Amino acid sequence: MTAMLVKRLLWGIPVLWLILTLTFFLLRAAPGGPFDQERELTPEIEQLIAQKYQLDLPVLAQYKNYLAAILQGDLGPSFQYADHSVNELIALGLPVSLTIGFWALLVALIAGTVLGAMAAFYAHRWPDLMAMIVAVIGISTPNFVIAPLLILWLSVHWQWLPVGGWGNGQWFHLILPVITLSLPYMASIARLVRSELLEVMDQPYIRTARAKGLSPLKIMSQQALRPALLPVVSYLGPAAVGLMTGSVVIEQIFAIPGMGRYFVQGALNRDYTLVLGVVLVIGVMMLLFNLIVDMLYRLLDPRVVDS
Amino acid sequence: MKLKIGLILVMVMTATVFIGPQFTDFDPETIHWDDMAQAPDGVYWFGTDVMGRDLYIRTLLGGQVSLLVGLLATSVSVIIGVLYGMIAGFYGGGVDAVMMRLVDVFYALPFLFLVILLLVFFGQNMWLLFTAIGCYLWLDMARIVRGQTLAVKAQPFVEAAKAMGQNNHIILWRHILPNLINIVLVYATLVIPQVIMIESFLSFLGLGIQEPMTSWGALVSEGADNIEMAVWALCFPALFLAVTLVGFNLLGDGLRDYWDPSNKHQ
Repeated sequence: MTAMLVKRLLWGIPVLWLILTLTFFLLRAAPGGPFDQERELTPEIEQLIAQKYQLDLPVLAQYKNYLAAILQGDLGPSFQYADHSVNELIALGLPVSLTIGFWALLVALIAGTVLGAMAAFYAHRWPDLMAMIVAVIGISTPNFVIAPLLILWLSVHWQWLPVGGWGNGQWFHLILPVITLSLPYMASIARLVRSELLEVMDQPYIRTARAKGLSPLKIMSQQALRPALLPVVSYLGPAAVGLMTGSVVIEQIFAIPGMGRYFVQGALNRDYTLVLGVVLVIGVMMLLFNLIVDMLYRLLDPRVVDS
Repeated sequence: MKLKIGLILVMVMTATVFIGPQFTDFDPETIHWDDMAQAPDGVYWFGTDVMGRDLYIRTLLGGQVSLLVGLLATSVSVIIGVLYGMIAGFYGGGVDAVMMRLVDVFYALPFLFLVILLLVFFGQNMWLLFTAIGCYLWLDMARIVRGQTLAVKAQPFVEAAKAMGQNNHIILWRHILPNLINIVLVYATLVIPQVIMIESFLSFLGLGIQEPMTSWGALVSEGADNIEMAVWALCFPALFLAVTLVGFNLLGDGLRDYWDPSNKHQ
């Protein structure tokens, strides 16, 4: 277990390096720079700015300096938000994104499991059909379609919930973004749970339980659900990655000051360091999350051995 | 059942999108100054947007673009994925190990973020859009094709072909590829809705299809911006988009159950 953990962590280093390098050179190869403006700057000022942000150095030297700074935990100054370092901006945005992501994952997990279990319990009858129709629609409808509709009904029409904004993370500001973000993952989990449960229900030990006279509900909840949830655990890895991408749109729609917005704004404004910082943090989180999921899987299913 | 519903939905949507424009005389770019944000009626079947453009023709033409992007980007991902997976699976050993490790690395990249970067930086070129999305989606296909190639490779007829002295090229193209077609078709069907979703996601962020062209994603984005003035500008493109995606997903699922019963979920 420890050996595997160490190996995985070491494996993460070249991956992160690749991410940074790709992003770095992609950014520099792009037309336009961070300080291009409508109004021409005088050459002196331009030069001073370039000097301040080390943009006058050759690209390879910039790359070397950047990597050296990263190793010391310094993500550099933001180009667009003057007087803010990228570290500060990420420290502001990351908790916001993580809060939304965490709740969305939790909602998806619980609602998806309940929906899937219900569908399997009433397999091939109308609750099953309803649940699966909901699931197919949930998977197929992009969240930027659902979000405006929810806003229109719940916020504009009935005025139950705020239209957007963060409001220091009060719970009623969280409801709409979390629901919208979790919907597709809830649907996927429901489908996964249903098909796994149906498979598990064919196992001999379930037949034994049934022969012993346990009620169907007890069999489902006490005997069948746990093994059926294993694949859901391994689905959490990709789901978390998807949530991170999805939150780019959600943050845009609901005007939430998270990392996704920094990323899009930064990319449009050629804010090299901010974009690199966000991509790096997302890369680290992806690796960590996949690692945690794998560990969890091993804990839940001792049959998995290190290969 | 799934297969049939999926097939019908996909066919109906495709037919509507490509034949529907015949029935209207409106032009997608003409601005009707007197009829801005007009609700659907007998003249403007889907209403007009806030700039006074007919939404019926715009939704259908946007659909053509969305479907075309879906098809082209899927072809890119299929070509890369099949070649890559086939080579890795067929040659095996060190080649396979290196190639699949590389796929693992790509899996770990926040790929969609790189696609966004690519589009932000190299301008919103349509061809780049297809290629970028296609390059993003080939990984699953490569893994599946590799697994299938390994299975096919172990069959006696491949050994027989080898014993007859046929070279690797011919074995790959004539004996292995035809046996991969079913599974490739199944997963390609499932890639199409993914592509359409990603394209609309990018268009929603303003990075996908650009004016004067439009796509469902771009239309939904415009509709969402003006939701209080013209709900129909959101509803019609969103409905078309959702129905098409449901159709492709059902079709892919159905095909998978039909041809590949061992694999009920990914």
